[in-house]
Amino acid sequence: MAAPTRKAAIVGGNRIPFARSNGAYARASNQDMLTATLDGLVARFGLQGQQVGEVVAGAVLKHARDFNLTRESVLGSRLSAATPAYDVQQACGTGLEAAVLVANKIALGQIESGIAGGTDTTSDAPVAVNEDLRRVLMELNRAKTVQQRLKALAGLRPGQLAPEIPRNAEPRTGLAMGDHAAITAREWEIGREEQDELTVRSHQALAAAYDRGFFDDLVTPFLGLSRDANLRPDTSVEKLAKLKPVFGQGEGATMTAGNSTPLTDGASAVLLASDEWAAERDLPVLAHLVDAQTAAVDYVHGGEGLLMAPAYAVPVLLERNGLTLQDFDFYEVHEAFASTVLATLKAWESPAFCKEKLGLDAPLGSIDRSKLNVNGSSLAAGHPFAATGGRIVATLAKLLHEAGPGKRGLISICAAGGQGVVAILES
Amino acid sequence: MSDWYRDFANSGVGTTITKQLGLPRPAVLRRHEPGQPLLPGPAVVGSAGEGRLRDELTRLLRDAGVTVVSPATVDGGTDGDRLAAVLLDATGLTGPADLAAAHDFLAPAVKRLAPSGRVLVLADPPADAASPAQAAARQALDGLVRSLAKELRGGATANLVQVPLGAEASLAGPVRFFLSGRAAYVDGQVLTVTAADVPAGEDRERPLTGKVAVVTGAARGIGAAIAKVLSRDGAHVVAVDVPAAGEQLAQVANEIGGTAVALDITGADAGTRLAQQLIARHGGVDVVVHNAGITRDKLLVNMDAARWNSVMAVNLQAQLDITQALLDTEGALKPGARVISVSSQSGIAGNRGQTNYAASKAGIIGMVRAWAPEFARRGATINAVAPGFIVTEMTAKMPLGTREVGSRLNSLQQGGLPVDVAETIAFLAQPGSAGVNGQVVRVCGQSVLGA
Ligand SMILES: NC(=O)c1ccc[n+]([C@@H]2O[C@H](COP(=O)([O-])OP(=O)(O)OC[C@H]3O[C@@H](n4cnc5c(N)ncnc54)[C@H](O)[C@@H]3O)[C@@H](O)[C@H]2O)c1
Repeated sequence: MAAPTRKAAIVGGNRIPFARSNGAYARASNQDMLTATLDGLVARFGLQGQQVGEVVAGAVLKHARDFNLTRESVLGSRLSAATPAYDVQQACGTGLEAAVLVANKIALGQIESGIAGGTDTTSDAPVAVNEDLRRVLMELNRAKTVQQRLKALAGLRPGQLAPEIPRNAEPRTGLAMGDHAAITAREWEIGREEQDELTVRSHQALAAAYDRGFFDDLVTPFLGLSRDANLRPDTSVEKLAKLKPVFGQGEGATMTAGNSTPLTDGASAVLLASDEWAAERDLPVLAHLVDAQTAAVDYVHGGEGLLMAPAYAVPVLLERNGLTLQDFDFYEVHEAFASTVLATLKAWESPAFCKEKLGLDAPLGSIDRSKLNVNGSSLAAGHPFAATGGRIVATLAKLLHEAGPGKRGLISICAAGGQGVVAILES
Repeated sequence: MSDWYRDFANSGVGTTITKQLGLPRPAVLRRHEPGQPLLPGPAVVGSAGEGRLRDELTRLLRDAGVTVVSPATVDGGTDGDRLAAVLLDATGLTGPADLAAAHDFLAPAVKRLAPSGRVLVLADPPADAASPAQAAARQALDGLVRSLAKELRGGATANLVQVPLGAEASLAGPVRFFLSGRAAYVDGQVLTVTAADVPAGEDRERPLTGKVAVVTGAARGIGAAIAKVLSRDGAHVVAVDVPAAGEQLAQVANEIGGTAVALDITGADAGTRLAQQLIARHGGVDVVVHNAGITRDKLLVNMDAARWNSVMAVNLQAQLDITQALLDTEGALKPGARVISVSSQSGIAGNRGQTNYAASKAGIIGMVRAWAPEFARRGATINAVAPGFIVTEMTAKMPLGTREVGSRLNSLQQGGLPVDVAETIAFLAQPGSAGVNGQVVRVCGQSVLGA
């Protein structure tokens, strides 16, 4: 028999404002950003010198020197140096997966508290040497005699000096994520205007949330930035309509730099704990992490869209928890691209998709759009890959807390590699 | 922030140059450091008339490890044994004729005063006098102390504490404060104590142990110094500043093991939000320091409504609203709470181009005095601190000439430091300051402005 478990509480969160690539954080490293984010969390909850059960975080774009990124960040932070830490990486799902891992250990009683987070920089991204050059250098390293060394060096060619800059592309298809999303958008007939409308709503909602002070206890300014640099409160459907498509080809292309998330730098962290740990320290419990699910799709050969995995994960999660898609007060669907959100919602509404792909008798149905991403999401805030999960968990937990006890929220995050992470929070 | 002129004037070559040119030589002030004795040398206690405090003062000094010498040995003593403090018990004054005894005692003693020495006069409030002659004598001390403060050199100060009959128990905290390095930049001041229940047995090194203190505008400047000093004295500090200052605020909070709260104090619900958080997270608050403040200078005739309104909103209305919210929220203010408002010399003396700022800072004084009786009924206190020229990032941006002149227009011939304001606030926050209520303490080195 399984040991009885408890639900992990979400105490609060912290993130730094998200910056556009090569903007305010151009010279900040993943570790700088994660350390500052942890320190902001420490200051908010008075955790100086305290040991938390575990800190779990990660980055999608990592330098070789970042091999122990989270532990190094903890050592540089005001947390007790006796706080263990480990790295995780599940592409854009990293932050949410980290929260699930921490919550699970709390649920099992293995830890009483933990911090889940993520950080990513596209400005200070690792630049690898050309693969040919790398082979030559490794050979040189292995060489023992002068002769062997000269022989190894003879393999050098000028072309090998071109660096390999990481691209936001799928290794197995060579397609950019946006190009993948564009295929899905075309399949699901997602129009340009509805994408632009969703984008405008995201910017307006995020700006309004800032204006009413919603982020006062969720964000700590960093390097002179106090709001997300990507936020355009005054954007409009008219303005967005002027942008040229950047993903997809020809007449039917609908995805622009406006309705897609830009490359972004930033970090986030969430403090989770048992109810007892929080109560002992007079810390709030905003919500509990109820359950989570991951799914993956075969976007290479299986004919499914790269970012459609959450559409598969959610019904499994609903089924296990005896819920319908309509049983939620808030939905946080990560806006990798406006079209991704719309395609996912459309899939859940489609009797054919729900029957053939999900094996359901009836479609999951539609959701009340006024409950979707009510404080804005990645289109407005930006999307530093591993940091998005923490942003969403803390935002939703606070929203649920404000709405009162017994409210429920659904998180859905798509990730590279055809994966998805979804979760339920409850106040 | 360094005072280059003071450092220069005290350097080898600087001493020669300033002496030849007859320039002032601002002293390096004795400032408090943890573990320091109350006074670095002996003290003398004298009296004018049959005072009631002399024995009490002597006991207090001896308890603090201070050698108390007899007034008889002072006159004609050698330069080797300079006095660290001269205390005059003037509670026995009956009329102006008794003042001659004050002069007789003070003159030889002050001549022997050490650098950063202290002259402290204790008397009854003139308003309580039995006759006009007695009131005149008591009021005369005011002129005596303020003038003496201007004559003292080498960082020495002179202050007056008024003790009504029956308020003797309230005296020890203020006396210790004025003698200590905490009062380095408090000069030429008159403080009146009142009878109160003063808790016994506080930890002198960490008098705020176990207390929760909230400081607004704590991300930098004077507010950051206040947060650090309150924390040094044992308090858990809840550091408040606008969300945009969050990065610095987090650094301040982390440095002192405090809690950072991003909050615009002018927000409609700022008071209730703060009260709720203080109750939920800290079980209420013991010490509230209203420090956040802004300037938007313009001559009155050129001042737009935005400048006027923003200064009023931050500097005055927010203090009123937050204090009211804390009073109204059950459990927010703990028993014996202390509220300390940061006013300004401009609010006392006025300042060209600062009608809005000076109005807000004068308003604070009105607020504190009006609230004092209600706070007294709750066993709490509310006071204001009015800094003079304090060297901060704000003043560092002033033109050199204005800054240099501004910083020397006081008896100590130098600007104060943020820590000087912080020490005075920490003193008012102590349990031992229960008998200090409705007061305005200037931390200005006896500025010539508004004196
Ligand atoms: N520096 C001096 O010489 C001097 C002299 C007299 C009085 N004062 C007073 O001392 C206090 C501190 O002054 P300082 O020199 O440290 O100034 P400062 O400008 O360095 O610091 C003031 C702090 O208050 C914060 N603040 C402003 N508006 C706020 C709001 N709406 N909500 C929350 N926080 C807010 C600011 O962000 C800042 O961190 C002020 O009240 C000032 O008027 C200063």
